Amino acid sequence: MAPLLPVAFLEAVDPWIFAFSFVTVAATIWMGFRSARTSKTASDFFVAGRSVSVGWNASAISGEYLSAASFMGVAGMVMSSGYDALWYPVCYACGYLFLLLFIAGPLRRFGAYTIPDFAEGRYDSPLFRKIAVCFVLFIGFFYTMPQMKGAGVTLAYIFPGIPYWAGVVLVGAVITLNVALGGMKGITLVQAFQYWIKMFAISVPVFVLMAVFGFYNVHVGANNAPGESAAPATGIERKALVEKAPRDDKWIAPFGPLTTKAVNAAAAALPAEQRPAYLAEHQKPYSLLYTYSLIIALVCGTAGLPHILVRFYTNPDGVAAKRTTMWVMILIGIFYVFPPIFGVIGRNLMPELYTGLAGIKGTDQVVLKLPTLLAEKYGVLGSILSGITCAGAFAAFMSTFSGLLVSMTGALAHDVYGRMIRPESNQAERLVAFKFAAVLTGGVAIVLGCFVEKLEINFMVGQAFAIAASSYFPLLFMSVWWRGMTMKGAAAGMLAGGICALIAVALTNVSTLALDPGEMGRIFAVFKPLNAFWAQHPLLRILCEQPAIWTVALAIGLMIVVSKATAAQVPGDIRMKMLVLHAPEKLGLKQEYIQEHIAGAGH
Amino acid sequence: MPPPTPHEDRVHSEQFLHTLMRRQLKLSIACAAAFLVVLLGLPVANYLAPQLMATRVFGFTLTWLLLGVLFFPAVWAISWIFIRRSIWLEEDEVRSVKSLGEDR
Repeated sequence: MAPLLPVAFLEAVDPWIFAFSFVTVAATIWMGFRSARTSKTASDFFVAGRSVSVGWNASAISGEYLSAASFMGVAGMVMSSGYDALWYPVCYACGYLFLLLFIAGPLRRFGAYTIPDFAEGRYDSPLFRKIAVCFVLFIGFFYTMPQMKGAGVTLAYIFPGIPYWAGVVLVGAVITLNVALGGMKGITLVQAFQYWIKMFAISVPVFVLMAVFGFYNVHVGANNAPGESAAPATGIERKALVEKAPRDDKWIAPFGPLTTKAVNAAAAALPAEQRPAYLAEHQKPYSLLYTYSLIIALVCGTAGLPHILVRFYTNPDGVAAKRTTMWVMILIGIFYVFPPIFGVIGRNLMPELYTGLAGIKGTDQVVLKLPTLLAEKYGVLGSILSGITCAGAFAAFMSTFSGLLVSMTGALAHDVYGRMIRPESNQAERLVAFKFAAVLTGGVAIVLGCFVEKLEINFMVGQAFAIAASSYFPLLFMSVWWRGMTMKGAAAGMLAGGICALIAVALTNVSTLALDPGEMGRIFAVFKPLNAFWAQHPLLRILCEQPAIWTVALAIGLMIVVSKATAAQVPGDIRMKMLVLHAPEKLGLKQEYIQEHIAGAGH
Repeated sequence: MPPPTPHEDRVHSEQFLHTLMRRQLKLSIACAAAFLVVLLGLPVANYLAPQLMATRVFGFTLTWLLLGVLFFPAVWAISWIFIRRSIWLEEDEVRSVKSLGEDR
């Protein structure tokens, strides 16, 4: 019977879905091998020879940025939480504006291989490089876990019956191979290609669905807003909502289920007669606070994600860095219009997803499942479109994971091996170290990915953003614009902000996991009493779930106070450093700075 | 070491750095302010004028239309203006330094 098993197993798989997913994975491997032949030098591996053109680089950054959370998570969140979830795509896209306004140009002019390079160069402190390396690895691993989970879940969806870890291992192995073969240069081409796959995979099904089932505005209009007796649009066939779905007026209006969770839990703990008064007094102010904290976390977090920042070093010059950011904003801005449309249409036509299925939060599947609706009317077209969205989902985990892997591998091979362990190593040895580090990091990421099956994708992504927002963003912003910063100030602010954000978010996560009826609930049972505490203090819960509003301020405040206290330790050549960061590159100050440094080291 | 030329003198002066950073920061802050007014103003508008923000426009509520659709073009406009100005600013700085070098 054994040989029959794969056949029976393949029969359950839609051939179109299989074909599209297979082509995406195969093309990724092929491009990796092809670019391996052209990537020769260390510079090719770490920063793609600093010669990536604006168009390629913008597509590659966008491809790297649009992760599993963007491709599947945003649509699912809009479907489950409504209006409040729109902040996610908007802030993901607009965080780039902050990067452009304050950080992109100066960072590129300073010209270093990695963020730890910048940290050391700006403060002349090898110790600070070590701290920065730890943060690159830390945030990186945090952000790889949700990508790995997305891969495992999608593969299990495409091939029903396949274990969760198989997807994690497959995607992890493919990307690790690519990074080890081609480094940054190879990955740039692959990611640029994957951006266009994702764009195609999200937009084409949306246009077809809208043409068949009614446009975006009609689907939003089918929901009753608060105070309306009837919804304005009634032209579409809407399926009855299931019990678990939020009501129309809560879903379409601001301050809905996402931001009022803590207050609602607190109200539920009160006697029934006190509830309406309590809700009327606290619900909206608290959810306004939640909204602001969320905005800060997402906007500052985007500007502080290490795998995005490292890309700026691949631009030929500062002007190109700015042009690239402009194009990234347009490319991801266009993309982010589409996932909410999936969520809105899904709410009207596939409400059964709200009930949730094993292994994946029901609404997260909306992008993959919605195109199958067309199969009833148009047969094979539905399968083809579903295949296209699955291919897009594959492209999403693969490209984000490859970017993370390059930045973490760069940190290990360049900063740890090349600067700390063996500074005397030559080019060839560093290349070997890069490949070795890629395999090592990829392996660790795969193992971590196998353990996070029970955690939610958006939870994990939010955590990575909150930590990046309160550590790297204050560091970069203040280092670039304030000459009075000292190494101690920078380190104190970055560590305090990052660690506070980590602890706060972890506290809310473990308390939620403690409520899980299954295995997770048993492991984290110790934290169950925390939920009673949250019910007493909803404000504290909001500040722990979305800590950015105080951790970013704390980090910047500490940086200022500690730097003032240690003002004598401002680097001696700070004026020159600031000139290199801000003066136009045509003045050639960078060359001068390097020569001075070499002369200085010679004494 | 040869005596510094007036051109180098000027580039390395405290005043040049100060003006340079000030001009760039001013531009960045002006653009950021335009962006933050929209981003941080929208929740306030939702909070204070829920009725107005729930007005229907082509089936969307007003606030949904602003956040889910119109926000992106607004940000593109801000970044386009910023990039044009900032490239002009850099060229202007290079020009002013070069002209000083030629004067001598």
